[in-house]
Amino acid sequence: MAQFTAPCPPREGDISRRSVLQGAVALGALGPVRAADVVPHAAIAVDHKSQVSKPMTSYIGTATSRIDGHAKVTGGAKYAAEFNVPGLVHAFVVASTIAKGRILRIDASEALRVEGVIDVLTHEKRPRMADTDQAYKDDVAPEGTPFRPLYDGRILFNGQPVALVLAERWEIARLAASLVHVEYEQEAHVTDPYRQREAAFVLPEPAKSRGNAAEAFAAADVRHQGEYHVPIEHHNPMEPFASTVTWDGGGKLTVYDKTQGVQNVQRYVCSIFDMNPDDVRVVSPFVGGAFGSGLRPQYQVVLAVLAARALERSVRLVLTRQQMYSLGYRPAMIQRIELGATTGGTLNAITHDAITVTSQYEDFYRNETTWSGLLYKSANAQYTHKLTRLDLPTSCDMRGPSATTGVYALESAMDELAVALSLDPLELRLRCYSDRDQNNGDVPFSSKNLRECYRQGAEMFGWEKRNREPRSMRDGSELVGWGMATGVWEALQVPITVRIKLTANGHAEVACATSDIGTGTYTIMAQVAADALGLPLDNISIKLGDSTLPQSPVEGGSWIAASVSNGIVTTSNAIREELLRLAKRVPDSPFANATSDEVALADGRLVSRLDASRAISIADVMRVGAVDRIEQEKSTSFANDGKHAHNAHSALFAEVKVDEQLSVIRVTRIVSAVAAGRILNPKTAHSQVMGGVVWGIGMALHEETLIDHKFGRIMNANIAEYHVPVNADVHDIKVIFVEEQDHIVNPLGIKGLGEIGLVGVAAAIANAIYHATGKRVRDLPITLDKLQR
Amino acid sequence: MTQNNTVAKTRNNISVALVVNGTGQRFSVAPWTTLLDALRDQLDLTGTKKGCDHGQCGACTVLVDGRRVNSCLTLVVMKDGAEVTTIEGLAPSGGLHPLQQAFIDHDAFQCGYCTPGQICSAAGLIAEGKAKTDDEIRELMSGNLCRCAAYPNIVAAIRQAMSVMVEKP
Ligand code: FES
Ligand code: FES
Repeated sequence: MAQFTAPCPPREGDISRRSVLQGAVALGALGPVRAADVVPHAAIAVDHKSQVSKPMTSYIGTATSRIDGHAKVTGGAKYAAEFNVPGLVHAFVVASTIAKGRILRIDASEALRVEGVIDVLTHEKRPRMADTDQAYKDDVAPEGTPFRPLYDGRILFNGQPVALVLAERWEIARLAASLVHVEYEQEAHVTDPYRQREAAFVLPEPAKSRGNAAEAFAAADVRHQGEYHVPIEHHNPMEPFASTVTWDGGGKLTVYDKTQGVQNVQRYVCSIFDMNPDDVRVVSPFVGGAFGSGLRPQYQVVLAVLAARALERSVRLVLTRQQMYSLGYRPAMIQRIELGATTGGTLNAITHDAITVTSQYEDFYRNETTWSGLLYKSANAQYTHKLTRLDLPTSCDMRGPSATTGVYALESAMDELAVALSLDPLELRLRCYSDRDQNNGDVPFSSKNLRECYRQGAEMFGWEKRNREPRSMRDGSELVGWGMATGVWEALQVPITVRIKLTANGHAEVACATSDIGTGTYTIMAQVAADALGLPLDNISIKLGDSTLPQSPVEGGSWIAASVSNGIVTTSNAIREELLRLAKRVPDSPFANATSDEVALADGRLVSRLDASRAISIADVMRVGAVDRIEQEKSTSFANDGKHAHNAHSALFAEVKVDEQLSVIRVTRIVSAVAAGRILNPKTAHSQVMGGVVWGIGMALHEETLIDHKFGRIMNANIAEYHVPVNADVHDIKVIFVEEQDHIVNPLGIKGLGEIGLVGVAAAIANAIYHATGKRVRDLPITLDKLQR
Repeated sequence: MTQNNTVAKTRNNISVALVVNGTGQRFSVAPWTTLLDALRDQLDLTGTKKGCDHGQCGACTVLVDGRRVNSCLTLVVMKDGAEVTTIEGLAPSGGLHPLQQAFIDHDAFQCGYCTPGQICSAAGLIAEGKAKTDDEIRELMSGNLCRCAAYPNIVAAIRQAMSVMVEKP
């Protein structure tokens, strides 16, 4: 049992918490993460007027340190590759060196001669795996024929696993992997999206077009059209993909996996290996970042399970950083935008076309194009999305999929339109502001406080001091540019189940099979439960990241905070009702005739909403009821009334400084003003948005996966040559959360923050670079050579 | 803790003594064993992370004789007799080092995977005494990548810890 007992003095205005990890970590019995007792709990006032279904808030909305923070700063947090068990076998992947063709033969004899090597698995020498496409389809698989690792001799992409070396030590497995010789029959491949541009096929219309955009564009007073380019990008979470599979005897497995969805992995493994669900437990208490790359189960989990079954031993497989480039990626895309406006600066025509890329075997795509006609008012809008196939792995979701890229193109085009109109770019956004979702039945938004984002963001940035002329502002040898853009994301919700166990001592365990990929899920779950159950935060422990817990879909799309929080409130309400039922048995019960709407949970007691002096402690209720715990498990789903659009918004303001001679670009300031409903934890929320902003800096200036098309191989498959922002690239970032009350989107009014922080950032920076230099680069990343051209 | 004696013998293992977090450890390692893998696999000190294994990310940063090093680029056999401090040994038992506390206070991480490396690197940075300004902290912490991008909070946390450590060294 690992127990951390350090004192943590709270900072001002902040509830500092330390966490306690309970359980024998190494053997997989990972206990809940608990908010421990540091700061005395402030009494919650009983609010007589408050609505029954909503908790009285005390922790919700309060900046709170992560309850898993202590584990993370002491090295106590265990990630997928860190569960050490006796007799562990180490696996190493041998990857294909061609992009397309088939394996003629694999010679593993030299590898097998290395002492310490146990076996080499290949498609010809492995335990049985399922042989239908359906068996390999995970919960979030796109249409098509999913990749089957080590299934047959076909090569679908460069870096595809073709053999798996199993050895007693990792170094031996790695050495032996270099001694496996593979002969291929090579076929012509194509990995260049620009060569496959003409082969792109049209996807079903992403949203209904309206009016006649082509005619309206032709007739417009002022027109802008442009083509915008985004390269392939890779997620590069700091933690490599890894699975540790422990052989628990009798064919039972525990799979410690890096994933955003333990139950998705569990179903997938069971289906491929035809295993009983009770025999596979997938555990993932901590995830070292994922950003979408962990939504689908990755091939290492299949290979690790395959090896464990082959040897009937525990196996670990960790991918190298290079091998992580053979997983999914943000698809490269070519976008074309046409905007037609009146001289007064209102839009009359929007055309947004996109071509994105996928593999030869699955059709992954999202809707890049429709954000345009959602964000701005226009009577005419037309969308076309085409997909083209390359000899690469299937593309996948990467932070803010579709909006990050679609809005980059749109917001760059809007900046160019503002120039054409000689209008301030912020003023253009305000003139085109849309109060309704014209894409989907012209319905209003459940809430949309984007105007306030523009106002507060501009004020904090000092936007009114901007000189509209490009190259008009400078600081010594550097040109200074100010740009802005808008961001938008969907407020999504998914069905989820939460179990709460309340014990007589006033402690509660909250359990759900969701993940915390660094987003702060542990902490917000504890905050919501503490408020909903009227308990101190320190009395709440959270269990997540375990497939045996109550049902949760993958964590993605910014939907977990809203879904799990409302799930906790629903289950807490059931706990309250059960307490009331028992409380009625108390002799002379003050609640004899009370309905559940009339009581609340506060300070460890059941309290009357009508008369705060009428109260019974949880302990007394349980004593009378002769129970020592109350357990409830409830599912929550969300009925969309179809009468409202649910979206989060943001306004971005960026300052860049560009060296006039060398074109070195620095992003010196960014203000991100976000309207995303109720903010559960301003502290972790700030980190999420700030992280998104830095991703935007990477997207604008650094990130690009480069392929040598001759070999169909990624040239910069490492984290030195695939550039991500480092500390020195990041300067002043300010995040504002604009007040936005939303009673429609869900009972707690939460919209989620995982994606919105990134959307729009790259455009704001690109627009600032134009403003600084007078040069418009429509091809990300904006590297200095492109400014020198 | 070597699990396979055949391998141990055939690889001509070398005996190395290290002091890890204050405790003497005698290793018998193959010459190719990195300090990172020895810590994680043999001593079960998994607080030190592997992000790239190539000296590109800083996740594996530990202190060797008080200096920050990438343990993935350090062979155990090169460090016979050295004192190694990992995240698990940074603070006296049970307590938190000022940097650990500052990282919690400033939310200087999200997923936490780069965090042990950031904290050890920051401890090394403070010992070097070179970083006085935020810009210098940024520059001298740029060998530690954080994909969650907690960078501004990392700088703020280091600043807080520096002031605490100057007050009561
Ligand atoms: S693991 Fe050592 S620098 Fe990345
Ligand atoms: S906290 Fe996730 S990589 Fe730094």
